[in-house]
Amino acid sequence: MQNKNYRSVNHSVRKKDAMQLLLGKPVYTQDVVPDGALVVKLLRSPHANAIIESIDTAVAKKVPGVVDIYTWQDVPATRFAIAGQTYPEPSPYDRLILDRHVRFAGDAVAIIAAENEKAAEKAMKLIKVSYRVLEAVLDLHTALDNPVLVHPEEDWFPPCEVGGDPKRNLVASEVSSSGDVDAVMADCDIVLEHTYHTKAFHQAMMETFCTHTSLDRYGRLHVISSTQIVFHTRRILSRALGIPKSRIRVEKPRIGGGFGAKQTAVCEVYPAFVTMKTGRPAMIVYTREEAQIAGSPRHEMEITVKLGADRDGRIRALDLYTLSNTGAYGEHGPTTVGLSGHKSIPLYTGSLEAHRFAYDVVYTNTQAAGAYRGYGATQGIFAVESMVNELAEKLQMDPTRLRDLNMVREGMIMPAYYDEPANACALDRCMERCREIFGWEEKYPVRDMGNGKVRAAGVAMAMQGSCISNVDVGSADISLTEDGTYTLRIGAADMGTGCDTILAQMLAECMDCSVDHVAVFGADTDASPYDSGSYASSTTYITGKAVEKACTDLKKNICAIGAELLGCTVDETAFEGTCVRCLTSGKTVSLSDIAYKTQVGSHCAAQASATHSSPISPPPFMVGMAEIELDKLTGQVTLLDYMAVVDCGTPINPALARIQAEGGIVQAIGHTLMENITPGTGGKPMEASLMQYKIPTRLDMGHLRVEFEQSYEPTGPFGAKSIGEIVINTPAPAIAHAIYRATGKWYRELPILPERIAMDLAEE
Amino acid sequence: MMEIRLKLNGKTITDHIDADLLLIDFVRRHGCLSVKRGCETANCGLCTVLMDGKPVLSCSLLAARADGHEIYTLEGLQQEAEAFVGFIADEGADQCGFCNPGYVMNTIALLRENPNPTDDEIRAYLAGNLCRCSGYEGQLRGIRRFLNSRAEGGSHAE
Ligand code: FES
Ligand code: FES
Repeated sequence: MQNKNYRSVNHSVRKKDAMQLLLGKPVYTQDVVPDGALVVKLLRSPHANAIIESIDTAVAKKVPGVVDIYTWQDVPATRFAIAGQTYPEPSPYDRLILDRHVRFAGDAVAIIAAENEKAAEKAMKLIKVSYRVLEAVLDLHTALDNPVLVHPEEDWFPPCEVGGDPKRNLVASEVSSSGDVDAVMADCDIVLEHTYHTKAFHQAMMETFCTHTSLDRYGRLHVISSTQIVFHTRRILSRALGIPKSRIRVEKPRIGGGFGAKQTAVCEVYPAFVTMKTGRPAMIVYTREEAQIAGSPRHEMEITVKLGADRDGRIRALDLYTLSNTGAYGEHGPTTVGLSGHKSIPLYTGSLEAHRFAYDVVYTNTQAAGAYRGYGATQGIFAVESMVNELAEKLQMDPTRLRDLNMVREGMIMPAYYDEPANACALDRCMERCREIFGWEEKYPVRDMGNGKVRAAGVAMAMQGSCISNVDVGSADISLTEDGTYTLRIGAADMGTGCDTILAQMLAECMDCSVDHVAVFGADTDASPYDSGSYASSTTYITGKAVEKACTDLKKNICAIGAELLGCTVDETAFEGTCVRCLTSGKTVSLSDIAYKTQVGSHCAAQASATHSSPISPPPFMVGMAEIELDKLTGQVTLLDYMAVVDCGTPINPALARIQAEGGIVQAIGHTLMENITPGTGGKPMEASLMQYKIPTRLDMGHLRVEFEQSYEPTGPFGAKSIGEIVINTPAPAIAHAIYRATGKWYRELPILPERIAMDLAEE
Repeated sequence: MMEIRLKLNGKTITDHIDADLLLIDFVRRHGCLSVKRGCETANCGLCTVLMDGKPVLSCSLLAARADGHEIYTLEGLQQEAEAFVGFIADEGADQCGFCNPGYVMNTIALLRENPNPTDDEIRAYLAGNLCRCSGYEGQLRGIRRFLNSRAEGGSHAE
């Protein structure tokens, strides 16, 4: 492991935008756009599956202030996908801007453009729609080969072959394996099989979906949006609207949280269509209710795990089948499911002799799912880690020792992870340290508190990736300014996570300057170098490496210009942070003079761009331990202590990495203990507000502790791997484990609500 | 349409408004863009402003009800906020920042009411301010460090 004394990286530098944000400056989409945009509202279907027989907007259009109303008859007939993914996308082209066939309760029926909100809302009530209501597929179990088809249309189109067939309500399907699972399973002393279920949980970022569109001074479509994916959004809009990409500019200001929700172009197309039709600025802001019923939540998954082990606790075979519900449209459907196996099974590389992983992704007439931090790994890890805990309890083995026997370790090749190597893996050290600081030996035994309350503890491990290998692309463009400072242009989108700052730290480390001397600009399709976007935990690992490469090139340029000014050869020069020195004469020239030189009769710019992609996606690792107190009368679970130890390689900014971990853990506490999804009429979730969809408050989370066990990833910038997603994966299995310890009952479906526990305990 | 007259961040303003205009939309219209909306059900606390010194949810109050009263948003309390927000920045707990103005306003109200709150008092007072990014611990650490540094007579984090 490398352990250098860094000046900028591996330090807790303040976020570049911190004071702006904390002092409430106007930096978000709704703050930065001019007043006077048309208000865009959507009329949504009350039915889960219906054909629009007729739609009459004549009366509605007469409402004063209403500018126009658009229906399926007004939009282009080209199908597209709104998933933010690299072209050609694995997600099927199954959407129209407005479709005559509405496929979930909440699907868009009409776009209303008005001078003000009141007029738009009044008009919405006056649109007359007559629907031919069809039978709907609402349950993921009945979707495959159901005679009712969610996408019967002939122009459904998959840009990639992922095993889908719309005539079977199937979006994607695959089987992969290594070794002879059935034979190994047959030879095992103990075989366990259970099914785990997780629901379509919401990112619930505090800023809902919002987009402003207008025509710029060249008459091009200018989109300002709260998005993680400026370049993908440009491509998506180009296809959906039928206009060239060169006629579109997409930029993002600060983003009020994304967590993957904004890796899908959920709302951009509607105001963009209005602007193209009217020539006027247009703005859409989703209500919280819209974000809850027509957003882009997690894929509901049902995962069946079969595990084979020896009596002494050696896990020899894992067999997973995941059934994933993509909802009415397929964005991220074919890809999220893969992580449920590929990011859970490899945790047991240490002992596994064989594995199999199969999945089906199905359409249903429910809200379309999308990308949410963890992206399928969260669901898979809940299943596999719960199963391993069940094995430990069956064998009456300490579950942490059981994991010591089986876990992946540094240097191993992971057959369930595309045969990638675990170059940097401190999972064993994470376990050891977590056990010690958490006080596992004292907390694991169940303690009856004598007042109807029981205390117990649980554990889980996790992994994620650091990019999509061979796909994600990150770029950095750096220029030297006249005063010897730098401007860094990126296409990655800081959504509050701090990537602008950590990339600046890397630049400062490479160029031997202060982080304050780096200005960061992003992301704007007109000005940023291409980046696939901020998702898949890729920014630190991929874009960070691009920054490192660009710095190397920039230094060469700077030295070349310096050599000219110093009257020596490039080979004689050395870059010294604030100046370039001629090693022969000892003379120096300042970076400022070098920058000014590039502005006078120059043929060489003090600027460099670099692009990076990676053939591997090194996993970060983590161990989480939870201590709970359970009230046997009410079923109330109070989280007392959550201890996590994370191996993200080198933490580039430990304070920000810690906050990422704490934030992810609290989100996960939400989907484990309180956030619920209950299908109401037409399958529409009843939890349509933050009153019903209960996310954790600061009273619901107990005490969090996060520590880092560093490893050094040789392919990452300064040894870094990712941090953003992995942190959401351990709480569900760890807390479910603790609840088993307290109650003797395994909860294999999330969330685990107090009423379920209380009812089960009452039945006993 | 009705006329209201109120003090916003120390300045008296008179305006003609619709009777059903919410205070959040009124103050945003008057340039106080720090005030954010995160829900329709009075659950998130993002829209917190001070009315006559007391924290209120501006999404749940008609602008008409502010007639004759004094409203403060974060725009008008920059100095008071600067005294402590640097400590939160040092924890990296600003994150996406969308919830920051609301809980900074509520923290100002807390510290005016109770200059030396315990951790539990801080948690209880800010319980209505949701944050989806930070996991809350960093926000608490920041406020705690500020209180400790003030108790030691330290100057505020720059
Ligand atoms: S906007 Fe959510 S409480 Fe006011
Ligand atoms: S910082 Fe994003 S919601 Fe609190």
